[in-house]
Formats: sequence, structure tokens, C-alpha cells
Amino acid sequence: MGLSSRHLLGLDGAPKSDIELILETAVSFKEILGRPIKKVPTLQGKTIANLFFESSTRTRISFELAERRLSADVVNFSASGSSVSKGETLKDTARNIEAMKIDMVVIRHNAAGTAHFLTRVVQAAVLNAGDGCHEHPTQALLDMYTLKEKFGSLEGLRVCIVGDISHSRVARSNIYGLRTMGAKVSVCGPATLIPREIEKLGVEVYHRIDDVLPKVDALNVLRIQMERQAGGLFPSLREYNRFFGVTKDRLEKIDHPITIMHPGPINRDVELSADVADGPHSVILDQVLNGVAIRMAVLYLLGTTQ
Amino acid sequence: MPKKYLLQGGRFIDPSTHTDSILDILIVDGVIQSMKPSIAPPSDCEVIDLRGKLVAPGFIDMHVHLREPGFEHKETIETGTLSAAHGGFTAVCCMPNTNPAIDDESIVHFVHSKGKNVNNGIVDVFPIGAVTKGRKGKELSSIAELVQAGAVGLSDDGAPVYDAEIMRRALEYASMYDVPIIQHCEEPALVQGGVMNEGLVATELGMPGIPPVAEEIMIGRDVQLTEYTRSRYHVAHISTAGSVGLVRDAKKKGVRITCEVTPHHFTLTDDAVRSFDTNTKMNPPLRTQTDIDAIKLGLRDGTIDVIATDHAPHSLDEKEVDYLQAPFGIVGLETAIGLAITELVVTKILSLAQLIEKFSTNPRKIIGRTIETREGELANLTFMDLDAVWTVKTSRFKSKSKNSPFEERTLKGKAIGIFNHGIALVY
Ligand SMILES: [Zn+2]
Repeated sequence: MGLSSRHLLGLDGAPKSDIELILETAVSFKEILGRPIKKVPTLQGKTIANLFFESSTRTRISFELAERRLSADVVNFSASGSSVSKGETLKDTARNIEAMKIDMVVIRHNAAGTAHFLTRVVQAAVLNAGDGCHEHPTQALLDMYTLKEKFGSLEGLRVCIVGDISHSRVARSNIYGLRTMGAKVSVCGPATLIPREIEKLGVEVYHRIDDVLPKVDALNVLRIQMERQAGGLFPSLREYNRFFGVTKDRLEKIDHPITIMHPGPINRDVELSADVADGPHSVILDQVLNGVAIRMAVLYLLGTTQ
Repeated sequence: MPKKYLLQGGRFIDPSTHTDSILDILIVDGVIQSMKPSIAPPSDCEVIDLRGKLVAPGFIDMHVHLREPGFEHKETIETGTLSAAHGGFTAVCCMPNTNPAIDDESIVHFVHSKGKNVNNGIVDVFPIGAVTKGRKGKELSSIAELVQAGAVGLSDDGAPVYDAEIMRRALEYASMYDVPIIQHCEEPALVQGGVMNEGLVATELGMPGIPPVAEEIMIGRDVQLTEYTRSRYHVAHISTAGSVGLVRDAKKKGVRITCEVTPHHFTLTDDAVRSFDTNTKMNPPLRTQTDIDAIKLGLRDGTIDVIATDHAPHSLDEKEVDYLQAPFGIVGLETAIGLAITELVVTKILSLAQLIEKFSTNPRKIIGRTIETREGELANLTFMDLDAVWTVKTSRFKSKSKNSPFEERTLKGKAIGIFNHGIALVY
């Protein structure tokens, strides 16, 4: 049995069975990553193009590693910087992919919907590695994998996403995926960074971190972007840290341990204090390793689905 | 030899004279010679069979971007007016966001005369002049000269006149000549980077939003300025329930305000953006069902005076980019009547007389270019088939651009021809 779609564009509307299949498949890939020889011939002869129109070292490396461990041939396009004609580049690049008979495309772009756009213009399978503030499905899948590893099940798990929800594709994909898997999702952040009508997606909204901490099993702490302050969306990093920062003091007041996740890179002592990031309940480094396993699983499933 | 036409057996509706009857219309050299239930065809007369069809005073689209001068790769006065003719319009008002902008009488003359020289002048082209020089919002353009040269209204469309002092002075100045200021209502500070309606769908898609209040704040301010200066004001492309309420209240108070809505704003919601089709990107953006319901109510109770398309052609290359970068706007001339009949008449929101008011009587009154359909007057008419069921094919558009979200949509009712300046065009 394979995935219900030949692309992975997002988790909005993705069936539970697809998510389960990816999470299960990742278990065996994680096992492979623990072996002395970490390479399998699964995607030998397949060519994957990584199209990164937005710089992201971490995600690109994670994908590239996953692709190479599956023995795929890898081509990288990095088009960030040529901001003037990004759209044109996208269309031209798509045509190039078509001409080069590439099997799979991993795309990251600053505009929502670009992965969807690609599916309309190329034959290759498309994997969304982040489209604007819309979706970042493999990040949410690796977050869910990490939670499942820790808690055994996602059903009924209470997860709060903290920070700039408005501009976060990680938040959106997590909300869609976790809700499908039966978790109870909340968001917490300044009112200026919570998008309108988000409660209609079935999440609870909090503006005080201390109110939500007693009610959750895990926190997914988002990176706060400095440019949001310049854009007038919150007054200062100091104030953000004081009112929304996840600190040891705050966590110690809660009578149960709270698992800490972060998609990275962390602004230490802004959204997350250093001692919490490196503390016993942090699974941030597990997320990094699980990211490779999840991406191998998705690439494998897409690469072998007809 | 005079050219004679006999329009036979059409149902003629003219709300301005409360006419609704089956009539033959005899036209000689472009002038209506006779309108009677039955006219025997004279010799050398071309007979146009309109039995079972609708005949109305010529439709006008008071919000069109013809793109010439400056953006001829998108549209020209020739292709734009041909598109209008095939959409059932005998006249268009063209917006001044050309390059150079229509902020000088020489450009008014250029557009005007170009309009007369293309497609045998079958579509009247009425230019809208810019409110401010270069549409920059800083200094008033030569409003009196523009009006004298033939501008029928003033607008910086594409951008609002955002400075309240400039707006006040523009209203005062324009009121000397009784031309309306047509405002693209949008408070720029609230819009920065927005590409679609702010709300649930934008939240789900992670797209920067354009809040409804950005439009409403500008209308609210302008209503007060209009009342204060006792001038005349027209809201372009109204899109929110709140805006409809503001216009309704202002009209009740006696403020001289009118407004228009586009067919896409009463047909589509922001749900359409989920396709990521850049032909769903326009400004103002597609809103919600609540807004559509309020707009339909506003059309029915007369709050909304006019249906206008905001025909905004863009080339395929320009539109086939990512959603953030794509330009705002869609073409509308060739789908407007079909959408209006399908969405408003078939659903009994508007009567046929009301539909004709929104497309002809009211907009012509607003720009001061009224027509009369009676013996001795120039024949200026639109023909429609209310029962025709057809599918939109953008490839068949006469417009140079094909950027429409209505491709493959099935509509009921369409324009089948026009008559103006002695020429019949039946398609
Ligand atoms: Zn406008």
C-alpha cells in the first residue's frame, strides 16, 4: 500500500492513513541510520532536484542527506538572491526540470502555493519543503514522529505551538497533521502574531504562556524572526522573552515534565532559554536525526508510488 | 443611400421610461425613426431578427483598464473596445493608470480620438482623468482642463487618494464641474504586502491578508469629506459587507455617493484562492460569502448603483508567476453580462429592469452621458439572449489578455450584439 497522492504538498487534508504510513516507514529508516553503513539502494537510478529559492542550510542538508542515503542522484538549484525575477526563474526552472527528465522535485520557496504550481507544470513528483508561510509538511511529520517516539501515541496528546503563528509554515503543517492524528492543539503568542480566525481550525488560542503550560504535554517553540519587531508586530525581544519565552523558571512551576521541541535555529534566551534547550526534556537533537529518517521515508514512498 | 436597419421583435426594456414591450425598431443612418409593435420592413433594409431576445439601452462599463498608452502588451484601445463590443458594451470609461497617466488634456484627446478611430468607433471611450499629477497623490492634476477635454470623472484608481487634505480639495474642485471623484478605497497602511482577503482562508494558506477595514476606513473618511464639501463621490469596486452598510447609511443621510461592484465580487469568495490560481488575485480581493450576501442585498435595494468590471488585462507571462509576485486584476468585459444574468437575474435578486439600470441607466447618469431611446435619437443598444447556456473559453476572448478565473464556467445568458453610431455588431 502506498500514499494516496504522488506529491507531498502539505498536511492540510492529508488522510490519516498517509501520515501513519510515513511515520511507520520512518521507523525502519531510522534503524538504518543507526547502522555502520547507512546507505540503501532504494532510489538508485532516480534523479532528485532540490530547488531552494530561499536559503535554508538545515532543511537542504537534511534532504540531501536523505536522498544520498537512498542512493538517488541529486541536483541542487539554489536560486535565492535573484529576487527580481523569481517568478520567471520558477517557470524557467520548471521547464528545465521537465527537459532533464528529473523524477522528483523538492522545492522551497517564499510564496505559498509554489509547490502546487509546480505540479501543474512538471511531470515529476513534487515534495514541498516549505512554501511561504503556508506548509512545511516534512517538518511537521518529523515533529509528530518525535512526539510519537516519546509518548507512544499522538491520540489525545496536548501540544502547544508557541510564537509567531502568523508567519509559520511549521505551525500550520503541525496544526493540520496533529489534528488529523487526534492530538489536542493550542497556540500561544502575542495577539499580533496569531492569524485571524485560527480558532476555526480547531485550536485553542492563548496569549499567556503561564496559562497554557499546565495544560500541555509538549511545546513546539518557534523561532522568532527579528524582522517582525521591525515590522511593528511586537515591541522588543526583551519583552517577548519576558512574556513568551520558555524558561526553566516557568517550567519548574509545572508539576509534570513538558517535552520541548524547536524547528531550529534557536535564538537562545529569546524564545527558549539555553538551559531548557539543552535540558533533559528537550528533544531538539532527536528532531534533527528524525528529520533525515522522515525525509527518507517520504522520498521512498513518493519515489516508489506510481 | 441611407443605411436602414429593422430590429425585429425584440423585448425592449428601458427603466428610465418604464418601458417593457415587444417592439420593432427602425433605424435610419443611426437614428431611430420608429419604434412600434410592428413595422413592415422598408426596401433596402437589413433586418435583424431579435424575436425572443432582449433589447436595452446601450450598456456601459464605467471601470475598464485599456492599458494604452504604455502597456500595449496587455491591451490596446483597439483590443479593449473590441472586447467591450463582444461583451455587449457600447461604451467604456477607461482608467488613467496608463503610462503616461491620463493627467493631462493631451492624453485625454489621444485616448478619445483613438477610441473613435478603432473598430469604426462602435464603442464610445470616455476617459477618466487622474485626480493627482502622475497619480502620485501629492498635487491636484489639471482637473478643469481634463474635464473640458472630455474626462467624465476623476480617479487615481489602482491607488487611493490617501491624503485627506488632497482628497478634500479634489472633491471641492471637481464639484465645480459636477464630475465624480471615483475612489479606489484602500487605506495603504493597513494593506502592506497583502495579496488576498484577511480571514480564515488566508490564515489557512499562510498568505498576507488585506483586511476589510482597509476599504471601510477609506469609505468612512471619504463619506465625511463628501458630506462636508457637498460634493460628489463614487466608490469603485465595493467589496465588503461593511462598505455596503456605510454607503447605504450615507445615502440615507443624503450624501451624494454612488458605488459600483464587479461581477467577480458577487460571484466568487476567497475560497477560490485555494487553487493558488493567480487569476484569483485582484484588488480589492475576493471576500467571503457574508460579503457576497450583503452585496446582493445592496444591489437589490439600490445601495449599489452600478455593475462595472474593473477589466484589468495582464499578459500570461505576468500572471504565470508565484502568487505573491503576480499582479492584481482580471479581465471582465466578456463575462460580465453572463455572470450578472446567471448570478443575479436567474436567482431573482434583480429584475431585468434593475439589471439594465446597473449596466446602463445609472452609470451613464453618474458620468453625465445619458442616452434616450426614442424616435429622433441615436440608436445606442445592447442585445441579449437570456436563455443561452454557454461555457467561458478565454481563448475566444477578443481581449489581448486571457487572465480570467472563469475559464470553463457555464453561464446562462449573454450579450449577442450591440448597435451604436449606425453600426450593428451581432455575434
Ligand atoms: Zn481599483
